[in-house]
Amino acid sequence: MTPLSSGALSISDGQLALSALLILVNVGLSAALRLGLGRSLLLASVRMVVQLLLVGFVLEWLFRQDQAPLIVLVGAAMAMIAGVSAVQRTRHRFVGIYLNSLLSVMASSALVTGLAVTGLIQPQPWYNPQYLIPLLGMVLGNTLNGLSLGLDRFMEGLRSGRDQVETDLALGATRWEACQSVVRDAIRVAMIPTINAMMVMGLVSLPGMMTGQILQGAAPAAAVRYQIVILFMIASATALGVFGVVGLAYGRLTSADHQLRLDRLVKVGERD
Amino acid sequence: MNSATNDGSPILSALGLERRLGARLLWSQLDLELAVGDRLGLVAPSGAGKTLLLRTLALLDPPQAGTLSLRGRPPAAWGLPRWRAMVAYLAQRPVAAGGTVEANLRAPWRFREHRGGSGWCCGRITGWLAALGRDSTFLSYDAERLSGGELQLLALLRALQFDPTVLLLDEPTASLDGVTTAAVEALLIAWLAAGPRAVVLISHDGEQIHRFANRTLELQP
Repeated sequence: MTPLSSGALSISDGQLALSALLILVNVGLSAALRLGLGRSLLLASVRMVVQLLLVGFVLEWLFRQDQAPLIVLVGAAMAMIAGVSAVQRTRHRFVGIYLNSLLSVMASSALVTGLAVTGLIQPQPWYNPQYLIPLLGMVLGNTLNGLSLGLDRFMEGLRSGRDQVETDLALGATRWEACQSVVRDAIRVAMIPTINAMMVMGLVSLPGMMTGQILQGAAPAAAVRYQIVILFMIASATALGVFGVVGLAYGRLTSADHQLRLDRLVKVGERD
Repeated sequence: MNSATNDGSPILSALGLERRLGARLLWSQLDLELAVGDRLGLVAPSGAGKTLLLRTLALLDPPQAGTLSLRGRPPAAWGLPRWRAMVAYLAQRPVAAGGTVEANLRAPWRFREHRGGSGWCCGRITGWLAALGRDSTFLSYDAERLSGGELQLLALLRALQFDPTVLLLDEPTASLDGVTTAAVEALLIAWLAAGPRAVVLISHDGEQIHRFANRTLELQP
């Protein structure tokens, strides 16, 4: 991989400020159509700029580190944020949902990223932060979406399909027999974005990582290879994470007595 | 509770059941025994927890207090799927999946609980349908387009085909015409006579309770 210092033309502070003017298109549109988005657009822009500039500093510091525990700790913190964020988008919660999400996201991303740095890409050493952290970040960002979709779909599916599930239970079904269609549907929905992304990859979208490498001067053919590896990593980590989180939610929202425990669900914004 | 038992031992017995909804006590210290041939009518105003009592007997909700037994054995000894196959609960608003009536009647036979059973038997179903004034074309109807009353018939047949010991019926004829209601009652009487069985019935039709039930239970906190 090309070192970070070489390659693309660097962007000066003035150029950066100029690029911020592009957001005026959104602000103008919002004002003209009275979308009421001005304030959140502004907030989002400021957050994006501040977060990225900070991350730039953090990464520069991080890439100089060579302590495995420290780098793994940073990775674990990233996974924790992803696990918590995955729950934020759901409309209902249950006790233990954060733990379920954390476990699923950590186990799946650790397994897949671990395999990638020890068996596939093999940077030296395996915890080389210049590889581990960006790879993990991309895996987490995508797993997070899958987890959000899967969890939300599963809980809402049980709620809307409650009568059918309980009809099956009343006819002698086990909890798995009664819930399996809802579980399948949730996992299927959670995988759709990943599958769609792979379908149109290169045709409709040029992924950010590949674009970045090409701007840095990497040969497109080499950048493509990285992209293929990362997409397979994302697909498998998403599948594992979604499988885990939906499975754990299934265990929580049904009982060993083959009952549906929707009483454990609380609508977001309500206190029980 | 007193009941006219045939051989003395009850089919289903419940002791000290209690049900709360939030802070509200619906009923407590509820004892119930069903003897062979019993047709127990549940009587109480709306919201008194009649449906919740049936759900409790079918163990669809985690028990809050009390014990249950079926032919002298507790639920854990039967296993919950077996218990529910024997104590069949028919919800007030029945649901059906996509596909024909026949597909809906066949679907539960795939459950592990029923796999060793007699399996789908078209002759039995058409016999019951004839008793209900319907012919076998009913089996080919799209289950999602059935009327409320037809859906109740589907739910009844779906449960009857597994020969449950106790039927828990939550307003099973609420959407049916008078003639079909009478046919359902006659079918249930005949079904009861064919084995050691019992029925619990919720109905807001006082006449029906009077006609059908051999005894009643009033729910109170």
